Amino acid sequence: MAKTLFDKIWDTHIVKTIEGGPSVLYIDKHFIHEVTSPQAFAGIEKRGLKVLRPDKTVATADHNVPTINQHLPIRDELSRMQVQKLKENCAKHDIELYGLGHPFQGIVHIIGPELGITQPGMTIVCGDSHTSTHGAFGSIAFGIGTSEVEMVFASQCLMQVKPKLMRINIEGELNQGVVSKDIILHIISQITASGGTGYFVEYAGSAIRALSMEARMTICNMSIEMGARGGMIAPDETTFEYMKGRLFAPAGEQWEHKMAHWKELYSDADARFDHELHINAADIPPMITYGTNPGLGIAINGSIPVAESIPDEGDRRNILKALDYMGLQPGKSLLGMPIQHVFIGSCTNARIEDLRLVASVVKGRKKNEHVEVMIVPGSQQVAAQVKAEGLDKIFEEAGFSVRQAGCSACLGMNEDKIPAGQYCISTSNRNFEGRQGVGARTLLASPLTAAAAAITGVVTDIREMLPA
Amino acid sequence: MQAFTLLTSRFVPLSMENVDTDQIIPARFLKATTKAGFGQNLFRDWRYDGAGNPKPEFVLNHPEYQGEILVAGKNFGCGSSREHAAWAILDYGFRVVVSSFFADIFKNNALNNGVLPVQISEPFLQKIFEQGNQATLTVDLANQTITIDATGEQERFDINNYKKTCLLNGYDDIDYLLSIKEDIAAFENQHFY
Repeated sequence: MAKTLFDKIWDTHIVKTIEGGPSVLYIDKHFIHEVTSPQAFAGIEKRGLKVLRPDKTVATADHNVPTINQHLPIRDELSRMQVQKLKENCAKHDIELYGLGHPFQGIVHIIGPELGITQPGMTIVCGDSHTSTHGAFGSIAFGIGTSEVEMVFASQCLMQVKPKLMRINIEGELNQGVVSKDIILHIISQITASGGTGYFVEYAGSAIRALSMEARMTICNMSIEMGARGGMIAPDETTFEYMKGRLFAPAGEQWEHKMAHWKELYSDADARFDHELHINAADIPPMITYGTNPGLGIAINGSIPVAESIPDEGDRRNILKALDYMGLQPGKSLLGMPIQHVFIGSCTNARIEDLRLVASVVKGRKKNEHVEVMIVPGSQQVAAQVKAEGLDKIFEEAGFSVRQAGCSACLGMNEDKIPAGQYCISTSNRNFEGRQGVGARTLLASPLTAAAAAITGVVTDIREMLPA
Repeated sequence: MQAFTLLTSRFVPLSMENVDTDQIIPARFLKATTKAGFGQNLFRDWRYDGAGNPKPEFVLNHPEYQGEILVAGKNFGCGSSREHAAWAILDYGFRVVVSSFFADIFKNNALNNGVLPVQISEPFLQKIFEQGNQATLTVDLANQTITIDATGEQERFDINNYKKTCLLNGYDDIDYLLSIKEDIAAFENQHFY
């Protein structure tokens, strides 16, 4: 029978299926971090258990770490204790920890792929909803809660009901100034912040095939923002080329052995999906969000919807409430609106290619004097690469604050916050109320659009800054 | 995990849609390493102003609304996977959340903590919102029904049998997973990764 990519991986990871209930899914790789793991460690210890497979578990500290002076003790006491707890728990349970100060430390969804830990065909989980990022390699990767972290600690398995499957096909070529972040913001604006709930999404089509691994990760990363449990892309030469030679990727005979398997990981031609969407790449503009969920996005040169144009009363109420929080007017364009902050970072857009994109716009220019720009590399390795390529000089000359690796102002858990009432163009993934700080107003956009705004100080159409 | 069977209670109406877990519990309150005490920061920034004073317009600050059931608009619990959201809801004193649509991860997190997510139709949800602040709802897990007690109007809700059994008995998944240890070991022996 014809199988989807998802089916092929799912079927080979089922330990047992309960009649009329969930399946017991075996987990190949479990990433953990300081915020969603302590209660899970406490849970298994209360049961007198050790972590069953520490060799399949990898830890880092990212959500709650400072992005300056990481060599000094963390100033905030609760944060320091949480990071310390992770260290103690990992030592006690023999788990590899890439903590603060380690050359591999960084945002969990950035280090997994860059170290070659993330591989096609795997099941991967982490107590973080953006675990979907790893699906870019053709793996089943999804975020879990802390009780589920505890289950994986105890048994290396999870109880899961098989999700419905959706395929989103994007064919054709992208326009100039349009990058993968725009693709995913466009998709979410079309199907809404809840349109993918209950589904696992496969992204396919020539526009996806043409993307680099890093760009693919940006798309899979935000699958959760339409409610989907995860997103995935079939592995291909681009995937294998990216993985070759990475520290924990298989080598030699092992590589050949794995490759034989990985090459079978695609949806069969006549595989059935519960839902399919078709998008023409040429129809995707540079995007920006205006509301308080990632589905409320428009073309950068578009207008905020007017209330009368929204048929559903509930949706209308939601949008008006969002606009009230954002201090924006229906029917207006965002172009030319002053912004006060630019945040370039997060598991969505803090890989080296993202920072190269930013540098391509910023090189030889200075930031607008009214704008604070924070640029936070996704990992120590990305930071090292930034230095090696001299991008740090470009950013510093432009007046950007170049930070150390962490989740930072994406979720405002450490001190990197946006002040109340101020606007921030952010390359991160969520524009929820207060996400970047109490009262902060977030406009999600691509690294290119964020870089353009850093220079001009206003919402800018990147296409006007590109050479003709 | 605390078992759940039947509950009759007044409810707190939160008619907003797309309530994300950042609203339920903001990230700055996720620094604890235990599960206790999150209830005091439930809906923190909707509930209190910057100085910590209750915002009079928010429903949790209306003493006339009480009860162990939270009723919310569609797509409740979207966004971050933080289980702290479920802990905060439970710690505050809710045992049931009613909505016309739940985000997946939140739904699992709630079930894993003995908080029952009851998904009902949009019209039935609107009917509940129309009830006065003294109205009670009865949630019967065994029969999978929710009833507006004053009118007797009732709707059935879905829950998979396995989760239902767990919740009725207060079992959790780890109890089950530990009971099939040998199956897992056998699987690992022949597994590719």
